[in-house]
Amino acid sequence: MTRFIAPLFLVVFALLPLGLTDPYLLNALIITGILTICAMSLNLLLGFTGQLSLGHVAFFGIGAYVSALTALGFDVSLPFGLRVTHEGGAPLLGFLLAILITGLAGYLIGRLSFRVRGAYFVIVTISFAEVVRLVALNWVELTQGPLALTAIPNMVLPVPGLGDVALRSKMQNYYLVLAVAVASYLLIARLVASRFGRAMRGLKENESLALSLGINATRTLTVAATISAAMAGAAGSLYAHYIRIIDPDVFLFSYTVTMVIMVVSGGKGTLAGPLVGGILFGLLPVALRPVMAPEAQWIVYGAILIAILFLMPRGIVPALEGLGERIAARRKAGDKPTDVMPAKMGANP
Amino acid sequence: MDQLLQHIFNALVLGGTYALLGIGLTLIFGIMNVVNFTHGALYTFGGYAMYLAAVALGLNFFVALPVALVAGLLVGAFIEFTLLRPLRRSDIDTTMLVMIGAGIIMQSGTLWIFGGVAKAVPTPFPAQPLTFGPVSLSYVNLFVLCAAVALIAITYFTINGTKLGRAMRATFQDHDTASLMGVNVSLIYTATFAIGSALASAAGALLGPVYVVTPQMGDLAAVKAFAIVILGGLGSISGATIGGFILAFAEELGAGYISSGYRDAMGFLIIIAVLLVKPTGLFARAERIG
Repeated sequence: MTRFIAPLFLVVFALLPLGLTDPYLLNALIITGILTICAMSLNLLLGFTGQLSLGHVAFFGIGAYVSALTALGFDVSLPFGLRVTHEGGAPLLGFLLAILITGLAGYLIGRLSFRVRGAYFVIVTISFAEVVRLVALNWVELTQGPLALTAIPNMVLPVPGLGDVALRSKMQNYYLVLAVAVASYLLIARLVASRFGRAMRGLKENESLALSLGINATRTLTVAATISAAMAGAAGSLYAHYIRIIDPDVFLFSYTVTMVIMVVSGGKGTLAGPLVGGILFGLLPVALRPVMAPEAQWIVYGAILIAILFLMPRGIVPALEGLGERIAARRKAGDKPTDVMPAKMGANP
Repeated sequence: MDQLLQHIFNALVLGGTYALLGIGLTLIFGIMNVVNFTHGALYTFGGYAMYLAAVALGLNFFVALPVALVAGLLVGAFIEFTLLRPLRRSDIDTTMLVMIGAGIIMQSGTLWIFGGVAKAVPTPFPAQPLTFGPVSLSYVNLFVLCAAVALIAITYFTINGTKLGRAMRATFQDHDTASLMGVNVSLIYTATFAIGSALASAAGALLGPVYVVTPQMGDLAAVKAFAIVILGGLGSISGATIGGFILAFAEELGAGYISSGYRDAMGFLIIIAVLLVKPTGLFARAERIG
């Protein structure tokens, strides 16, 4: 039942802009899509390997900065008289570099932080994100600090027959985000179904047992962290070229919290979970905006997070699956009356 | 040299409140295995409780301080009773996320009620600082240091010298055995969370008048408290005390001699360095959980 969620969403969201011209809603959908990509990538770690990383926003922010700086150019002096100058290049190059560099960052952080588990891992990841935020705030020569990087160009894609097309309209950006989201989903689906995916789940279920079967824990987790970080970096790049202005606030802990809420509410460790959670929590601000102030909205998010953990600890998608199974079981029980159980018991005394 | 003495005094004042924050967090972490993400919000709560008591109610400064402490104690007991008690058998990630949710509600609630503008809490101390040669000490800072040391001493006595403290230590070592020996473990959990919350609230109430009170003041305080706990080792009160002072010295000297922009990065760098070099904390004796 839940395996139809992703194709259904794809059809709905591919057709939605045809009947939707309100720029505010379109903007909300684009931001939702970007955050949903982040949630999908976080789910790879949080859901499939069971490691609660609360520093995920770092990769989103690094991706945004790398992409913006590649497009805008920079001129920084480093210690020992070194000087790095970059003229500014194509936004597409920035997108690819953002993926590459955040992947590398994810690899390095993974190598370091997977030496600890549980609460310690969580705190290391938070610390990493905060250090990156402070660097973005203080390395003014590179990042402009709180003055923000402005006038970031829109994404430019080479289209056969049309040459380079700058994606200026919201509609174009919407379909770009949708395309990246679909690619991310397919990649994760493929990964989870592979031998590597089984290794990840094995580590989550029982690390000692997985180790005894020859699974290399640190390597598996680091690869998952690398892919997850690169995906968040891609989302950051999309964000930078869409919003066209970024400041150190892209590293705020509240973005991580948003991603975590999306994953946990939708259902961690399921493919459709982050999609359901992402769209729900991406569009909730749109629904709440006319009725309450932003601070009050955050109170509602906090309350929903707690309510979901108490009432549906596994999330919406597993709850739906459970419901579907129960309905199917009842239907089966209706077909064949009650003598199934006693017969079985008689056969196995 | 003169500058160094001044930095050392500043670090001592800061270290006292950091130690309060760290002790509260390490108690909760060590005894309950809960990563308390409301710790920063409780620190903010203490600041605002002080503001409400001293400015809105017009209470005397020295009366307002215990009021803020007791308010923190009650809020902590309430959080434990409503959110943590039902989740006793859940895994650590679930309680962590629930605490994040509670922290968001508390922080956004503060922002909603009081607005984002910083509030000042007046103190009864003379503005003119005490000067010893080149070093100047303000009275309010001196008072904060003394009050923090007094609270740390009271906490030490509670843990090491009272029946409640003995029950808490027994629960920390083995909650099943403690329960068999007649310790009411549920009550100990509530008491632990309430005491930890009261210490965080007291730290906010002490530092609020020194700086200003804002809804975001707890954000950094929370991560600094994590740094202190990791530095000192899980569940170790003396470790948290020493860790608080080490962090304060690292920040104060780092800001003074390296770069003031990276002052707040010291805590995070310490966390990362300690976990990579000696993951059990610098002063740990207890086994690590989690």
